[in-house]
Amino acid sequence: MIEMLQTLIMWDAWPAGLQTLVVIMLKIVAILAPLMVAVAYYTYFERKVIGYMHVRIGPNRVGPRGWLQPIADAVKLMFKEIVIPSGADKKVFLIAPVLAMAPALAMWAVIPFNDTLVLADINASLLYVLAIGSMGVYGIILAGWASNSKYAFLGAMRSAAQMVSYEIAMGFALVVVLMAAGSLNLGDIVRAQQGDYGLFNWYWLPLLPMMVVYFISGVAETNRAPFDLAEGESEIVAGFHVDYSGTTFAVFFLAEYANMIIVGMLSALLFMGGWLSPFQGWTDSWLGQPSLFWLLAKASIFLFLFLWFRATFPRYRYDQLMRLGWKVFIPLTIVWLVLVGVAVMAGLEPWFGKA
Amino acid sequence: MLENYLPILVFVIVGLLFGTFFIVLGFILGPRKPDAEKLSAYECGFEAFEDARMKFDVRYYLVAILFIIFDLEIAFLFPWAVALREIGMFGFMAMMLFLGLLVIGFIYEWKKGALQWE
Repeated sequence: MIEMLQTLIMWDAWPAGLQTLVVIMLKIVAILAPLMVAVAYYTYFERKVIGYMHVRIGPNRVGPRGWLQPIADAVKLMFKEIVIPSGADKKVFLIAPVLAMAPALAMWAVIPFNDTLVLADINASLLYVLAIGSMGVYGIILAGWASNSKYAFLGAMRSAAQMVSYEIAMGFALVVVLMAAGSLNLGDIVRAQQGDYGLFNWYWLPLLPMMVVYFISGVAETNRAPFDLAEGESEIVAGFHVDYSGTTFAVFFLAEYANMIIVGMLSALLFMGGWLSPFQGWTDSWLGQPSLFWLLAKASIFLFLFLWFRATFPRYRYDQLMRLGWKVFIPLTIVWLVLVGVAVMAGLEPWFGKA
Repeated sequence: MLENYLPILVFVIVGLLFGTFFIVLGFILGPRKPDAEKLSAYECGFEAFEDARMKFDVRYYLVAILFIIFDLEIAFLFPWAVALREIGMFGFMAMMLFLGLLVIGFIYEWKKGALQWE
């Protein structure tokens, strides 16, 4: 099939540089297309889950059981007018959503899907994730500034301060994972969690507080409830994207959901053993084998937690939010960093022994 | 090694184009009927009575400055954490000393009330 296609388009006659580029582009499409479907249906799933948690049905009109709802939403947003406020800085106003979107997508380049399936197998992938992840704040602060609206400005200030505060706790939590795994490569971090004890070898057990800190920081980084002060619809209407409409808003929306899925994937990879099976050695069937299925299942659990939090917790006040980030998470992560450092020096089995 | 970074460069460019494509699509498909009221900044029905780029709380600056210090610290910890098993006890103790100094600074900030929002 592939060979037939190759002869048909005279693949061998293409210049080598172009061949590499086309292969990379095809791989990127193979990541982005499922990602966009996942984002679309994650919004549907969110509305359904929160609906059922509120004892109502959620979207059920568009298509069977409302399955076409996200498609209808996307089409609607495309046909809406893009309003650029007269006081806005037009160029920055239009660049801001692109700057929010690009890092949310570019992070997927280094996410491994199983032992061998990864687009860019670089040795500093975790550093790359942290670096690119913090670029997202530019889109938000530029959007708030360019809108020239008080609500957008306040939302952007809040959001920027919140994101940088939680990034520190997140960074410390990642450093602790690095100490345990001894590698910056996400694939190697998962491989370091492999062992005779199955799921007790994964880092959730020795690094449990770090997993909690990482995930809660992830919720705060993506500006999701209960940390969605940037949105704060009762006080600042919708925060930084109050003046955005149509597809400019849709791009912010897509970026937010792509970021949430990234946080779910990274939590699964760093703490829950990624593609490793929790039933390793229990059974000879596919359930006992490491596979992409397990990675997606674990990420889905974390993604469900995002929705569960949103339905359960009331919004934090800003001082409570800053207190949690600076006065609870940072001291906790520093203490755990020292503890894990001692454990690594002592070679505590079964997690920290391997060199 | 460096050719591993090529997909990342391509991916960043694709990410930028993807967002641009969406916005251009919106401009093509959506209507354009601007009027003065529609284009005014949203302020719950009131006319905006001053520029939105107003003075803001100095604590946002403070958070940004503290962030730089701590983020540098994390960037400093990254290579150390990866090499921890090779550098042995000396490397471990050196970083503990450094962390100790940082914690003293952190306690000072805390006591000074720099982390206080009321």
